[in-house]
Amino acid sequence: MSKAIEIKHCRASYGENEVLKDVSLAVEKGEFIVIIGPSGCGKTTLLKLMNGLVVPTEGEVAINGWPLQKEDMVAVRRRIGYAVQGAKLFPHMTVEENICYVPGLEGKMPKGEKRAIARKMLNMVQLPEELASRFPRQLSGGQKQRVGIARAMAAEPDILLMDEPFGAVDEITRKGLQEELSTLQRKTGVTVVFITHDIGEAFKLGSRILIMREGVIWQEGTGEELRRAPKDEFVKRLLCL
Amino acid sequence: MQLLQILWERREFFATCLLEHIRISLTAVLCAGVLGIAIGIWISRHKKAAGIVLGIINVIYTIPSISLLGFLIPFTGIGNKTAIIALTVYGLLPIVRNTYTGLTNVDASILEVSEGLGADKRQQLLGIRLPLALPVIISGFRNMVVMIIAMGGIASFIGAGGLGSAIYRGITTYNMTLTAAGSLLIALLALLSDFLLSRAEKGVNRRYGIE
Repeated sequence: MSKAIEIKHCRASYGENEVLKDVSLAVEKGEFIVIIGPSGCGKTTLLKLMNGLVVPTEGEVAINGWPLQKEDMVAVRRRIGYAVQGAKLFPHMTVEENICYVPGLEGKMPKGEKRAIARKMLNMVQLPEELASRFPRQLSGGQKQRVGIARAMAAEPDILLMDEPFGAVDEITRKGLQEELSTLQRKTGVTVVFITHDIGEAFKLGSRILIMREGVIWQEGTGEELRRAPKDEFVKRLLCL
Repeated sequence: MQLLQILWERREFFATCLLEHIRISLTAVLCAGVLGIAIGIWISRHKKAAGIVLGIINVIYTIPSISLLGFLIPFTGIGNKTAIIALTVYGLLPIVRNTYTGLTNVDASILEVSEGLGADKRQQLLGIRLPLALPVIISGFRNMVVMIIAMGGIASFIGAGGLGSAIYRGITTYNMTLTAAGSLLIALLALLSDFLLSRAEKGVNRRYGIE
């Protein structure tokens, strides 16, 4: 069976600045990968390699066994959910339109179908259906974040990329969102790659944790493995051991 | 009183002028609107050309309107056609600048998300960029409409119709009331258009959840 995501010896840079130095990674279908590491270590860049928002200067990225190529990037992205910190909902669209954004890219959808998708997704992220007609500015931070996840999942992707999706919400809401994401992932079997700053969140969610430092994957393993055998002082400090 | 009297007595003349004025302005507004938004979109995609294009339009804008009309006469003759061309050229600046500013000031992180979700360039433009830039574009459009209507007044100096004819005739015959009446109608037309457009602007903002 092919890997959900395969990154082979990838390098990436912004101008002169090389942010990824020879990174290789294989993600099995259904895994929940969490990436942690200090700011500027290349976490976000690694994530953006996976949906082609960053193009590697060297190396190859393959999704479900197919190498990512410029020509079919748009089609591949529609099969990959993407959620980011602060949700970044489209402010001029209602919650329903936001949720139905990706399915709508494939062609115009009848109203009934839109409504059905919105309702289903709102239920999935545990929001009341009445929110469908609201605009993002009328939502709380936690609600926005939930809608962001609903938008990422609406086209039933088999891969979900999340860049600190719970970074901007309060502690209680975050706990709730973590539980829900965890349940959602188990239920749908979606492959998740998740960036966070929150070590507790990483241990709680990740079936595998990647620790990044200065553009390389410094250490990886299950939470248990990392706790038992941290590679060095840096990992110890990062994991607060 | 005199003003109202003259407006009433020569109502047919004023009505003809007013309709002609609306016709000329509307044509110029449509030309400048379509052309201006198209240019604005194009330069928002070609950043290198943006500076040059905006520079040229800026320079044209500084040419006194009366001399621009003069320059055009050898090429397009006198009459409405020349007037419409001149008004269109003048109207470009606000609409091109606002379209460009609106499109380039859309939050980059929102654009990146839409790209990451699988929108192609066209879908990004039509679904995200243009709607989010719309309030800025409309305010440029309002600007342009008022300017074209007001400037339409001098078009009759090169033989075009419109309310400028009343003003021009008033000046040449020392009939100040006639000039004032023409000016008043131009001002009212501009104010009314601006008011209607401001309503449209509010409607759009409400539709797009920006208030």
